[in-house]
Amino acid sequence: MIALVRHGRVPAYALALALLALVFGWHISVGAKAIPLGTVAEALLTYDNTTFDHVVIRDLRLPRAAIAVMVGAALAVAGALMQGVTRNPLADPGLLGLLAGASFAVVILHGFLGIGGPGVIPLFAALGALAGAVIVWGIAISAPGGATPLTLVLAGAAVTAFLGALISMAHLIDEDSFENLRVWLTGTLAGRRTETALWALPWTLAGLAVAFGAARQVTVLAMGEEAATGLGVDVHKLQAAILFAVVALTASAVAVAGPLAFVGLVIPHVVRFFVGHDYRAVVPWSALAGAIYMLVADIAARLVLAPVEISTGLVTAILGAPVFVWLVRARL
Amino acid sequence: MSEACRDGIQVINEKAYGEIAAPRLAVRGVSIGYGGPPVVRGLDLEVPDGALTAIVGPNGCGKSTLLKAMARVLPVTRGEVLLEGRPVHRRPTREVATRMALLPQGPVAPEGLRVRELVAQGRFPHQTLLRQWSREDASAVAAAMKAADVAVFADRPVASLSGGQRQRCWIAMVLAQNTPILLLDEPTTFLDLRIQVEIMGLLTRISREEGRTLVVVLHELNVAAAFADRMVMMKDGAIHAEGPPSEVFTERNLAEVFSLAARVLTDPESGRPVCVPLLPGVPSLRAAAE
Ligand SMILES: Nc1ncnc2c1ncn2[C@@H]1O[C@H](COP(=O)(O)OP(=O)(O)OP(=O)(O)O)[C@@H](O)[C@H]1O
Ligand SMILES: [Mg+2]
Repeated sequence: MIALVRHGRVPAYALALALLALVFGWHISVGAKAIPLGTVAEALLTYDNTTFDHVVIRDLRLPRAAIAVMVGAALAVAGALMQGVTRNPLADPGLLGLLAGASFAVVILHGFLGIGGPGVIPLFAALGALAGAVIVWGIAISAPGGATPLTLVLAGAAVTAFLGALISMAHLIDEDSFENLRVWLTGTLAGRRTETALWALPWTLAGLAVAFGAARQVTVLAMGEEAATGLGVDVHKLQAAILFAVVALTASAVAVAGPLAFVGLVIPHVVRFFVGHDYRAVVPWSALAGAIYMLVADIAARLVLAPVEISTGLVTAILGAPVFVWLVRARL
Repeated sequence: MSEACRDGIQVINEKAYGEIAAPRLAVRGVSIGYGGPPVVRGLDLEVPDGALTAIVGPNGCGKSTLLKAMARVLPVTRGEVLLEGRPVHRRPTREVATRMALLPQGPVAPEGLRVRELVAQGRFPHQTLLRQWSREDASAVAAAMKAADVAVFADRPVASLSGGQRQRCWIAMVLAQNTPILLLDEPTTFLDLRIQVEIMGLLTRISREEGRTLVVVLHELNVAAAFADRMVMMKDGAIHAEGPPSEVFTERNLAEVFSLAARVLTDPESGRPVCVPLLPGVPSLRAAAE
């Protein structure tokens, strides 16, 4: 904290937190029935369980806003860590197959085979994310030229399409149990997900804790493995820790909200544009910006075609795709 | 040799070094490989303290491999590298980084990173979660940027600089690490002769004035001969010759190691050996005179 004050960053962090609070309140006020911001503040500060709006806010809208914060922060930090450690500007849980692996595992193990309750969903998602990452890495590294940003993204696209096809096949076989999952697979914050979110929260917190703890070393690792070793970073230990953090963060986000595309790609790039390349700044700012971005995306999902609500995942894909195209043009 | 026996010898060595002052860096019977047959085989090297040691040898002879093993970037398959009498591969890596710095061959800075930020990374091993950035760090960074003459572009992205400027930034980073030992892999490659001489002058100065130990892999033979206190000539993963440049830098060694037909002269100004390759196709004036 002292270091932050000395670097003059505290006012900026305070401003961002204020913005987060504002967007958070706005998110809660938006819905089938618009609730004034004043009532939102009342419900949060002086809750009255006889007031209908207060009950709606507490039971439905507050959890959804909290989930948006959690998921946005998790995906953005996961993307930032992946980009830092792999020195690949296109690293992202979606592009490199982690989202597809996680959703596939959840759909097949939980949805199709009906194994376990909400508590194991994050675990399935984590196993799937890890498997997805390993498969994509394996394909890319055996390509001529090795694991370049390009081969990784191509392998990620292939794995994502393949797993998507398998999910569609499972869907054809068993339409009933898939009705619930269909919306989830497009990435959404709608529906009652509080229980799943509570199970996923420890995963998010563990991932964020590792990310914040390792941020300084990620900056050093971005200089290359040899230089980082020379500077005293235990490269393999750090890579293992970061892999754990990325998988835990991705899994918690997927378990709650399904695969939300491009969040992990877009946010860290925007953040680095403002705060530079020191991951001690990139990680916390990605968490903040990711949370704000996800709140805004979810507000948009409910406003653009109101009263119809579209999937939040469609919004993040529509906003993220142009950034992806720009990155490919500018950085590959 | 059995594990226990080797450990026993090591303990004795450590004791002895405690009394006789251990050389800061020594390589003992080291073999290094990349999975296949070893690239460096049973190599011994005693690095003199407070001096500049130059490693030269043809492409692919294992110079970088040796330097990386000394810097614990590569594991050794046999033998050990001793830093202050203790095996470097088994010491905490952060602790080693406060004693020994490494400039790898052809490093690449992350895009957008500014010179000041790059140099500041050199302070990493001196920082902890609790003690993040101190006055000492700031002055070490400032001094390193001044010494490597990069202070003028402190705020520019590293990627926007020329090759020579960029190389000086990396040297500044290694200097900021403020270690008694520095390992540098081809710090002067791709630089014009004036910058090469400048950088070697800087390295000589920090070994002379600050008593630091430097091991530098060099390709430019004359530059190596001109600046090194000690020269190590490698061939096929082993040391072919080792000693002061006046003894190692001979026509015979150049022929044996580099298959280079050259005449070695002595620079009357510095007394250092200089090699002049024989030029096939260019008529020899001496032969004509005779
Ligand atoms: N990562 C690697 N994997 C497998 N073999 C390697 C690897 N790096 C180097 N080698 C091999 O080890 C040998 C020694 O390589 P090294 O890089 O140490 O040579 P060098 O003396 O530094 O050469 P140069 O002057 O070209 O830098 C070479 O034959 C090279 O092909
Ligand atoms: Mg080399």
